[in-house]
Amino acid sequence: MRSVSLTVNGVLYELELEPRELLVYVLRERLGLTGTVVGCDTSSCGACTVLLDGESVKSCTLLGVQADGHEVTTIEGLAQDGELHPLQESFHEHHALQCGYCTSGMVLAAVSLLEENPSPSADEIRHALEGNICRCTGYQNIVAAIEAVAR
Amino acid sequence: MSAAPQVETGRIIGAPVGRKEDLPLVQGQAQWVDNMHVPGTVYLGVVRSPYAHARLAKVDVGPALAHAGVVAAWSGDDLAGDWNGGLPCAWLPTEDTNAPTHLPLATGKARHAGDGVAVVAATSRAAAEDAVELVEVEYEPLPAVVDPEAALAEDAPLVHDELGTNRCYTWTLESADGVDALFADADVVVKERYYQNRLIPNAVEPRAVFVQPLPAAGEYTMWSTTQVPHIARVLLSGLCGISEAKLRVIAPDVGGGFGSKLNVYAEEALALVVARRLGRPVKWTETRSEGYTSTIHGRDVWQEIELAATADGKITAVRVRLTAAMGAYLQLVTPGIPLLGAWLYAGAYDIPGYSFECTGVFTHTTPTDAYRGAGRPEATYAIERAVDALARRLGKDPAELRRLNFIREFPATLASGLTIDSGDYDASLDAALAQAGYEELRAEQASRRAAGDARRLGVGLCTYVEMCGLAPSRVLGAIRYGAGGWDTATVRCLPTGTAQALTGTSPHGQGHETTWAQIVADRLGYDVDEVEVLHGDTSVVPLGMDTYGSRSLAVGGVALYHACERIVAKAQAIAAYRLGVDESRVEYDRGTFTGPEGSVTLKEIALSAWTAHDLPDGMEPGLEASYVYDPPNFSWPGGAHVAVVEVDTETGAVDLLRYVAVDDVGTVINPLIVEGQVHGGLAQGVAQALYEEAVYDEDGNLMTSTMTTYLVPSAAELPDWEVGRTETPSPTNPLGVKGVGETGAIASPAAVMNAVVDALAADGVADVPMPATPERVWRALEEVRT
Repeated sequence: MRSVSLTVNGVLYELELEPRELLVYVLRERLGLTGTVVGCDTSSCGACTVLLDGESVKSCTLLGVQADGHEVTTIEGLAQDGELHPLQESFHEHHALQCGYCTSGMVLAAVSLLEENPSPSADEIRHALEGNICRCTGYQNIVAAIEAVAR
Repeated sequence: MSAAPQVETGRIIGAPVGRKEDLPLVQGQAQWVDNMHVPGTVYLGVVRSPYAHARLAKVDVGPALAHAGVVAAWSGDDLAGDWNGGLPCAWLPTEDTNAPTHLPLATGKARHAGDGVAVVAATSRAAAEDAVELVEVEYEPLPAVVDPEAALAEDAPLVHDELGTNRCYTWTLESADGVDALFADADVVVKERYYQNRLIPNAVEPRAVFVQPLPAAGEYTMWSTTQVPHIARVLLSGLCGISEAKLRVIAPDVGGGFGSKLNVYAEEALALVVARRLGRPVKWTETRSEGYTSTIHGRDVWQEIELAATADGKITAVRVRLTAAMGAYLQLVTPGIPLLGAWLYAGAYDIPGYSFECTGVFTHTTPTDAYRGAGRPEATYAIERAVDALARRLGKDPAELRRLNFIREFPATLASGLTIDSGDYDASLDAALAQAGYEELRAEQASRRAAGDARRLGVGLCTYVEMCGLAPSRVLGAIRYGAGGWDTATVRCLPTGTAQALTGTSPHGQGHETTWAQIVADRLGYDVDEVEVLHGDTSVVPLGMDTYGSRSLAVGGVALYHACERIVAKAQAIAAYRLGVDESRVEYDRGTFTGPEGSVTLKEIALSAWTAHDLPDGMEPGLEASYVYDPPNFSWPGGAHVAVVEVDTETGAVDLLRYVAVDDVGTVINPLIVEGQVHGGLAQGVAQALYEEAVYDEDGNLMTSTMTTYLVPSAAELPDWEVGRTETPSPTNPLGVKGVGETGAIASPAAVMNAVVDALAADGVADVPMPATPERVWRALEEVRT
């Protein structure tokens, strides 16, 4: 067991973690933050995407101990004071989700993209989302939802 | 057939209402099965055969039992007495269909890579995973066969020794007209052979199951990632010997299905019997790579299709022979899947002669079953590719050849025996060609050719018709389908101005909570937000036929409409009583009853119906109504799609430049959701054409065993969809609705592959197999170059 201190959605946690525990299971099973989900075991689908110090990472390929001393934002931490993040609102308005399983990761990947590149083209959005698989929407409405928020 | 549609579109029905489902989903508040945890839960791990075919010489769970945290472990033999029969197959298409027993854990032999041979139960997910590694299994590997045609050879290794053959069944369908004579008289015969690549459905949520037992009462509650909680309850109660009345199945939020969760799986049964044996809550969640061998696959069918035609292009007969892989066992609907296309190999065309034969074959592979489209993409692909081949043979434009053969009189009874409700194939083709700019595309194609451009332009058409909303029940019975085609609805007007709509359908991304609320709101005069749609819990909605085969709206949605009519009928009587006039003098319009001298709203009537202080003499209190709707016919969506591709003849790369889809799905309740369904179906169909294929080596190892080797396309691989619509309401139901869930996946493989072949036709290429990878395209070109 290793002592780890990490901040998730603004809350500081001191945890004793097995070195092999993946960050996604720390979030889901120890902290009860089930908005982050597992879709594959090969870092392919992006359903488990969270922000680590503001940048998108796949929490199924990061060990919990690697998050020691870092700040994690999950989908539960995105809305502020009851106000949806503009991307959450835009996903709803553009029908950019169907089953919703990829949505947490997709929204956080989009947050990270717009942080890096506030005005991406549709093509840049499509390439930025290469690591996030959606099986329902055919992606077009996701791209539109992100474009609508981009400056 | 009943009257023409009675709904007025454009108010609530037909409006792009934002989804009620979204707000929890965008905030991470969904209730996925894998979220479930209660104290005392044990986690299951399944030991799976790494071999496609092996005798199980020894399965020793002892070493696993010694591991910390392991509560119990069982081999297939240990649990063999827990089952009443095997996992269910609900569609044995012929009397002599071979249906070998399929136990949730194999005994004696493993028959595909991933076949479960033992199960461990441990106090944590990690301990269960460790314990799986500790079970000692001695496998004696045996020869395997993975190709369904090869499996029919005399000397092929047998999947089930006791059958003495790998043939599961042969099913035929012949029109009355002499097909042989029509072929003998034909001016032209085109014969084509295609392979439907094996596909892995890849719902992004892996499968999971959680069972909470109440041991002393013999009660079980099962949360499952299922499309079919009602069907699962009936069949699992039988398999596990649990009273149907004491098994509650809940499908909470379910993360996509596409047919892969339309099943009754070994792990659901295992979770139930382990919960019974241990008296503890039990949980199992698959990993993605585990799911690739243990969750059903789709397609894997060899197709031969022949068209007979006159010299001017009138098609007179079609003859089809299929060899379809079942995989190692029959899952819920495995043998019936290729037959869901059996009536559609004549496409949208008026063809008098029809001959169809399908042989289902066991192979040492993961079982196949329903994957989006289920039999209909295969049929559409074969007829649409063959029509293009005929057009090339006759030197005709493929659009013109299609127009020459379209069905134009409706209802249209097909040579294969079923009757298409309605359609207008010219309208959708005209719209699609106009939207695509067909003439301009042909001109650009010609000018590129003339200029010797290595990047050829290809234009592919698909004009399709499909059948969905499997019904009526008596027709399903006649084709030996094991269930009915009805669905249930209950509408309950609560005392304080809101309503509950209970549906037997079980959505997992399709937006029923919104669409169904629109139907009820429209009929009863509520706001959409005032209607709460309840589903996916057998204690809330005890009976239903669930969600698959694009059936939900055309069956469950129509059931809801009828339940609303019953509400209105009862409320009308109360309204007349309150207004002091005869019922015949009360007019109803969307929530308000108006008499000669006053009006009363349906919401007011709901309150008075539940207080019951002042109702007409003898009237039962309350305002709720149920309806079980069994449609008179399938619903028959159709449409025209145009794919535009650029094929690089030097690298073989295919670039899908544009995709135009004009679909006719009858009345549209929510255009936002309908377009979303079309987009998603297109993405999966394009993926079949260009990217996805489950590949086995000759020993039966799945080579595409993770998402890194099986290419589910991302946003970067797919184009913007150009979606159009024509609306020909179905005359068979009062909403005029058809189905939309599968149209995209049904039409797009044919459109894309017709475009790829069209791009290379002038080079002499007549076929490229799916998926049209750069290597396959390059090889097809090499063959004609040399």
